[in-house]
Amino acid sequence: MGDEDVVLLDFWPSPFGMRVRIALAEKEIKYEYKEEDLRNKSDLLLKMNPVHKKIPVLIYNGKPVCESLIQVQYIDEILPHKSPLLPTDPYQRAIARFWGDFVDNKIYDLGRKLWTTKGEEQEAAKKEFIECLKLLEGELGNKAYFGGENLGYVDVVLVPFYSWFYAYEKCGNFSIETECPKLIAWAKRCMEKDTVSKSLPDQDKIYDFVLHLKKVFGIE
Amino acid sequence: MEEEVKLHGMWASPFSRRVELALKLKAIPYQYIEEDLSNKTPSLLRYNPVHKKVPVLVHNDKPVAESMVIIEYMDETWENNPFLPRDPYERAMARFYAKFIDDKLLPTLAKLGQTAGKEKEETIEEIHEQQKVLEDELKGKQFFGGQRIGYLDIVAMILVWLHLTGSITGQKVLSTEKFPLIYEWIERVMKMEVVNECLIPEEKRQDWIQLAQRAPKSASN
Repeated sequence: MGDEDVVLLDFWPSPFGMRVRIALAEKEIKYEYKEEDLRNKSDLLLKMNPVHKKIPVLIYNGKPVCESLIQVQYIDEILPHKSPLLPTDPYQRAIARFWGDFVDNKIYDLGRKLWTTKGEEQEAAKKEFIECLKLLEGELGNKAYFGGENLGYVDVVLVPFYSWFYAYEKCGNFSIETECPKLIAWAKRCMEKDTVSKSLPDQDKIYDFVLHLKKVFGIE
Repeated sequence: MEEEVKLHGMWASPFSRRVELALKLKAIPYQYIEEDLSNKTPSLLRYNPVHKKVPVLVHNDKPVAESMVIIEYMDETWENNPFLPRDPYERAMARFYAKFIDDKLLPTLAKLGQTAGKEKEETIEEIHEQQKVLEDELKGKQFFGGQRIGYLDIVAMILVWLHLTGSITGQKVLSTEKFPLIYEWIERVMKMEVVNECLIPEEKRQDWIQLAQRAPKSASN
């Protein structure tokens, strides 16, 4: 790979941004990280993602790619032989995409409810959240990673939420490890890799961030 | 090895119809199983235990669920008439706009049936903004896929459905005057036999409109 110009517009607590950081690290792609202030979005962000005006935005040689799952697939496709994230078999790829889609549709929204709601609504979110994690545990089975022996697409899509688990647990008053020990073991295994641990912020920092947001939005 | 392809679908679901169109574009013979969503077959529940929804493609007894996952699987398994371009950046663009349709346009359209008065006007305005995004994507192209129908065209078929139902309800949600490229695209794809085969049959269009107005979220996908 020659001297490519790669820029990532991101926001440090974003699990979506973390996915892209991990993928770029796995492929050893050098890039410039630009922190966005979401209350004061840069002209570059607005120009590169006019449709959604959201992070993360991956700018590859001046061309923007948006939406984290699409970015991860793009990164995988430009360097398919280096640390491949998706398997080669079409059916296995379909399974990986299915679970990537599942994580994308469920985990963020349910997780969000854990720190923004109380009472019955929070309990319902907690229950569904655990059910989703258990389904993922089922998919993981006895494998070291969702990708098998190495980190794969689903690992990259899911593991960023691990940085938010402590915040979810404190706000929701429950223990994810008690409910889903296999999943926590998997997350810790992922965190042993530099590509993951250097891409995820500290769980305490995320918890502080959540407390700050709760104050700002007036959520108890 | 003999190929056995089955599709569990539902006539009113754009997600299900989308997969049917994909199957026809690749000329893949398949067996179609119409699901009654209020009384799902044991097969469907076995093939898609996580979501219990249609469409589900079953290829040699291996199930694939989620319409866009199915379409990518098909593109990788049957290499004739490719849906996605080869270039990774072009692929990312096709996937981006397809996601835009599914995550933004479709929910806004679903909301339309539930609104009235000022809220309805605002929703129509939102649809027009979303249409503009797609209009811009068609500039200089015959199809979203370029010279041939592709991945994004398959997903954009919802625009054709809207155009047809608009003629029935008299409600011109799709502003064809404002968006001539989309209108030309609709006329172009409607000339294709496979597209017509996958549209809601004329006699069922009234039913579909009523169904769409009643259910804010599609019971499929």
